[in-house]
Amino acid sequence: MASEGSKRPGFSRRARFGLFAGYVVAITGALVGAGLVIIAIFDPQGFSSIRGGMSDITAPISSTGRGAVQSGGRIDDYIANWWNAGRQNADLRAELDIARRRLIEARATDLENRRLRELVNLIEGETETLATARLVNSSLTSTRRTATLFAGRNQGVMSGQPVRAADGLVGRIIDSGRTASRVLLLTDRSNIVPVRLTRDGTPAFTTGRGDGSVEVRSLEAGRNSFEEGDVLVTSGTGGIYPPNVPVAVIIQVFGDTALATPLANPAALDFAIVQPAYEPPVEETESPEDVAPDDSEPAPGLSETP
Amino acid sequence: MSRLHAADENLALVRAQLSLIPSASVIAGSLLCLMPLIAQAPLLPPIALMIFLAWRFLRPEIWPIWAGLPFGLFDDLITGSPIGSGMLLWTIILLTLDYAVNRAMWRDYWIDWLAATAALTFYIMADMVLTVLTGGGWVFAPLLPQIAAAILLFPLCLRLCARLDRRRLTL
Repeated sequence: MASEGSKRPGFSRRARFGLFAGYVVAITGALVGAGLVIIAIFDPQGFSSIRGGMSDITAPISSTGRGAVQSGGRIDDYIANWWNAGRQNADLRAELDIARRRLIEARATDLENRRLRELVNLIEGETETLATARLVNSSLTSTRRTATLFAGRNQGVMSGQPVRAADGLVGRIIDSGRTASRVLLLTDRSNIVPVRLTRDGTPAFTTGRGDGSVEVRSLEAGRNSFEEGDVLVTSGTGGIYPPNVPVAVIIQVFGDTALATPLANPAALDFAIVQPAYEPPVEETESPEDVAPDDSEPAPGLSETP
Repeated sequence: MSRLHAADENLALVRAQLSLIPSASVIAGSLLCLMPLIAQAPLLPPIALMIFLAWRFLRPEIWPIWAGLPFGLFDDLITGSPIGSGMLLWTIILLTLDYAVNRAMWRDYWIDWLAATAALTFYIMADMVLTVLTGGGWVFAPLLPQIAAAILLFPLCLRLCARLDRRRLTL
């Protein structure tokens, strides 16, 4: 088929003008689009109210089908469980025995911890729950990994608050509408979480890879401190994420970096919990002014010496 | 006479509704992103753009040259790409196709597919770059399955639009 060329306007002046005006509108509009992107470059949160409003509108639509999809997504699990029932039963029983022993140890440690904390008067910010809601949809085509949470400003959900589930950390809120908000998932490329190893407390941080896993980097250069199967928990450094929330488990080690999979799978979550942004407690140290006079005065026992 | 007149009006209404089919199909493509799935990687190809391009190849005169602006903006709002990126990229694609069609001597199914491949790859990569500029992060490997899916699903979109086009022109 020979190419037909574009619309030829013929000799009609009006048609020609209409075509020309179309090009003018198109190019102007494209430049406006570029302008909007440039605004977003300098102020990434600039359109968050528009985004929040859009999630208000779209969240109810997605939430209607969420329950059905969620139960549908687990059918393969059910079948696999049915198939492996015998072997799994034996494995689980062995695991349960170990877990029971560990649990008793953990209870003892917990008790001791609490007693020691009381001894040093360490007051921890209590972890309250702002909202408990479902994740209803996610960015399916975009490279950003965001999900929509069906709770918004009406429930007190604000940008910057951490989102977690029973299994572990999910991400944090990036913009909130009235009844829905958007969550930046752990696996987004721009989501950096300070963590530490549960084994020896090595500080590290995770960055999303955009494909469902996260990359772990140690803060201590030159040490290969990661091992497969290590569990990472948040360290609470820098605020936002409260400490000791499980984050991910390491599946592959490459020198001083490692690949890990998040412990909480947002696709299989029943509910996500929004907590207030964590603020690290300010340690009260004695200021130098208080210390200095004490030093100049002689110790009480020594002053009476002739 | 009055009955005939009423029938005429009815027909006009139905025709008006049918003429909305192309726009409605592109918007439906954008709305597909509201599927209640939590994806760990970008797994859905840009369906709205694919339907938009399929109509462009089937009926080159169907979209005015500025049609990428409203559809692109709507797609941005729904999919979560930076606002304005769709307006910019869809219009660039439309202008480029317009220019290329004037230059090309020959056109067939395979050339259309090749042009669509180029347009979709350009869109996915450029959208990633704009996302990076507005606060995202560089992602390359997870995009490859998305690009492949977009290329392979495009003929299906053409079929779908051809089917819709037949429905549109029945009256």
